[in-house]
Amino acid sequence: MTTKPNKDTAGGVLNGLALIAMIVSLYMVFLYVPTEATMGDVQRIFYFHVPLAWVSFFGFFLVFVFSVGYLVRANKKWDNLAASSAEIGVLYCTLVLVTGPIWAKPVWGVWWTWDPRLTLTLVLWLIYIAYLMLRHYMVDPERKATFSAVLGVVGFIDVPLVYFSIRWWRTQHPQPVMAGGEDSGLEDPMVFTLVACVVAFMLLFFALLRHRLRHQAFREELDELHDRLEHEGHFQ
Amino acid sequence: MWRAITTILWKDLKIELRTKEAFSASFVFSLMVLVIFNFTLDLTTEEAMKMGAGFLWIAFAFGGVLALNRSFALERDESCIQGLQLAPVDRGGVYLGKFLANVIFMLITELILLPLFAIFFNVDITGRLPYLVGVLVLGTVGFSSVGTLFSAIAVHTRMREVILPILLLPVTVPVLIAAVETTAYAMGADVEPYFWFRLLVVYDVIFVTVSFLTFGSILQE
Repeated sequence: MTTKPNKDTAGGVLNGLALIAMIVSLYMVFLYVPTEATMGDVQRIFYFHVPLAWVSFFGFFLVFVFSVGYLVRANKKWDNLAASSAEIGVLYCTLVLVTGPIWAKPVWGVWWTWDPRLTLTLVLWLIYIAYLMLRHYMVDPERKATFSAVLGVVGFIDVPLVYFSIRWWRTQHPQPVMAGGEDSGLEDPMVFTLVACVVAFMLLFFALLRHRLRHQAFREELDELHDRLEHEGHFQ
Repeated sequence: MWRAITTILWKDLKIELRTKEAFSASFVFSLMVLVIFNFTLDLTTEEAMKMGAGFLWIAFAFGGVLALNRSFALERDESCIQGLQLAPVDRGGVYLGKFLANVIFMLITELILLPLFAIFFNVDITGRLPYLVGVLVLGTVGFSSVGTLFSAIAVHTRMREVILPILLLPVTVPVLIAAVETTAYAMGADVEPYFWFRLLVVYDVIFVTVSFLTFGSILQE
């Protein structure tokens, strides 16, 4: 079972699509879409921020699905998928937490507020950082897969509870009045741009996922070869 | 199943009665947290009334992490985990036994800490005392449901005990918020408690069930 490094047509196509979608959405964000009336140019970061948030939540949902898959079938493939989705999900989530305050400071006047969506994103980030740390600190591969699958399931089931608790907590604690609501109506070009960005970041997600899986497959093959050579006494 | 639960529970209680290790560590640590709060924040009685529920649960949670770590470190030390893995009993029973033992340890610490808190911060806790005890039980059940599961995970990592709070605290955010709000209500604060009360019950039911179901794969070799 040798993985051919140079024959990955589907992966190449996926990379190409992601690249084209990225260029198109950059064009739309910076040249096509009109500047938002009240917030100005800073609002353009919204087209990166929102798709990143959606796709990262989708990534965490995939971690849950693949974790359940692993717990039911105990196939290494599911574990690789779950781990890779978590890594890319955390990467996207980190970018969400970085782009959010850049937008919030000029618009709301503060870098951060304990609003339900922001707080949920931060707690999710902590849960999946813990997931990656757990994987890092485990040695035995089978145990690593099982334990992280359990965490992948528990962590995701927790999401609605975290959301409702934070939302209810917010309604009981007064928060600063913010200038400019987030839910202001979107014009058509803005909707098109947002959709284009969601598609671009989704394609990038799957392209990265594919790279990560191939990387994992190569590593396993390398470990296997290493073991075989060691077994045959080449390293003495 | 029932036999497995009671056997594990009695075993843990007996060990604890003889060594008093989990209790002394978590109790002294929780007490220290309260004392440090006093130094760092220097509260008046009124402020303590407002924020006391939060202090209490921070102290309970941190002390609880110590007790939970102890729960499976104990099994690892003399390779007792293999014994649990080989035992011809339902894995869920092992989980429930460990879980109940942890709930009892945490509750004992909490019930001793509570009057000390009232004395130190000059707060009256007798207003809705039965309610307060009920809230402590529900919050502790929620915290140690996932806590027992994660404790079994943490002992197998290279970091051992260090990883448990990192895994546990983000997942227990809902139970901590709900416990703080209901505790504040029990201590006389002006909070609407019913949503929080229901959230505590829902969290407990969900996570005892999920942990019960997934514990089998954790214990598998």
